[in-house]
Amino acid sequence: MRDVSIIGIGQTPIGEHWDKSLRQLAYQALAAAMRDAGIERTDALYVGNMLSGEISGQSHLGALVADFAGLHGVEAVKVEAACASASAAFRQAYIGVASGLQDIAIAVGVEKMTDDVGSRVTTGLAGAADADYEVIHGISFVALNALLMRRYMYEYNLTREAFAGFAINAHSNAVHNPNAMFRKPISKEAFMRAPVVADPITLLDASPMADGAAAVVLCPTEQAREFTNNAVRVAGSAVATDTLSLHDRRDPLWLRAAELSAKKAYKQAGVGPQDIDFFELHDAFTVMSALSLEACGFAERGKGTWLAQDGEISLTGRIPITTRGGLKARGHPVGATGLYQIVEAVQQLRGEAGENQVANARFGMTQNIGGSGATIITHIFERIE
Amino acid sequence: MSVEISRHWRLNPQRYRLVGEECPRCGGKIFPPRDVCPYCADNEPQPSFKFSGRGEVFSYTTVHNAPEGYEDQAPYTVALVKLEEGPLVTAQLTDVSSGEVEIGMPVEMVTRKIRVQGDEGLIIYGYKFRPQLQAA
Repeated sequence: MRDVSIIGIGQTPIGEHWDKSLRQLAYQALAAAMRDAGIERTDALYVGNMLSGEISGQSHLGALVADFAGLHGVEAVKVEAACASASAAFRQAYIGVASGLQDIAIAVGVEKMTDDVGSRVTTGLAGAADADYEVIHGISFVALNALLMRRYMYEYNLTREAFAGFAINAHSNAVHNPNAMFRKPISKEAFMRAPVVADPITLLDASPMADGAAAVVLCPTEQAREFTNNAVRVAGSAVATDTLSLHDRRDPLWLRAAELSAKKAYKQAGVGPQDIDFFELHDAFTVMSALSLEACGFAERGKGTWLAQDGEISLTGRIPITTRGGLKARGHPVGATGLYQIVEAVQQLRGEAGENQVANARFGMTQNIGGSGATIITHIFERIE
Repeated sequence: MSVEISRHWRLNPQRYRLVGEECPRCGGKIFPPRDVCPYCADNEPQPSFKFSGRGEVFSYTTVHNAPEGYEDQAPYTVALVKLEEGPLVTAQLTDVSSGEVEIGMPVEMVTRKIRVQGDEGLIIYGYKFRPQLQAA
């Protein structure tokens, strides 16, 4: 297996792009990544996306994006794993290059959520859960996370206030990210009086839906110098799954797929949680941040929120998270999110994170979660000395 | 108009009567039915097992922004119910206001209208849970 590195990154601002279509957003990110890498062709294109069929009435995104980008004849497919779609697309690009079948591969994640502004988006997102045994009962994706958060608060005897630090940290970091959706800090008071979405989840526990696209270019590490002096290597890459339904987990408050994929990624990279300099985790809801930190070995079980209360997750803390705003404030274009996390990790490791720079970062980790935890994809990236 | 009769018809035993399975090897009670036992990975055919319908609330929330087709019902309370035989199920709570629900509350299954698919579509019935009625 060949060692693989990222040689180009691109992203669009996240927001409500009423004037841009899905294909335009994908192309914008893709073209930026290709310019960054200095390439004009690729051996393969993997498009991460969740909802194009449901929202835009458009399937077959591999061919669509390749066609629109002028990459005539290229191998291209869509990869879908709910909210983890973009990391799944990245993983396929990684496998393509690592295997030797492809010398250059591009992964682009794109989601166009504002093409429908009604309940169809809610229905589409619920498709990450079990249609026959969860969704039929009228459960929404927010509601599934609310069930988790309520139980978490009950078992560990916490109030909503314990989760405030996650949202405050994300918003604080988004202020200096030009691509973030919400570039305004929030106060603890604002968090505590935010309107309820599905109790105990409020507007400020939840990440916003939005449009966006992000892309990266991969090549073998031994060829990376031909393209760039600031390549970032993929030190660890792992996918794990859990039961599709939340109700089928014997221990609903433990993200088993997060633990499994993190352990595999740590092993491949030859590191442990203590070596990770920053962690772009999947803070779709504040409770997910706590569960992710616990399952990946950064906090003991039931103590994930302690890190948020003690400032350990800030840019200068023990384990900085959501360093460019996370899903909460950067925004969550679901099938594109995993590649935003990866692009942001590359920026940190290149030293291009500006006001949000984590000092001397060598290892960065990303984790992208599909559904209520059924697909979890963990990557570890390393700055090349 | 879409017609999805078989998709719902084939689940009638589960939706109407909470029919699951009992693993012949480990004795685990399984709901919903699966082809492979989730406890011991046995893949022999599993005999049916009818759950009692009694359990308690494991967690709950209220849905305000409902998915397509459920807007008319909102707000409604959904829960994870821990059945007395072991499994958790996802279902709506009924005959109770959301302010009265708490974790650990004993509930029992009732058959109710789950969803109406417009003026000409299916009316889907299935299980919901209500607070357990006390014997007089």
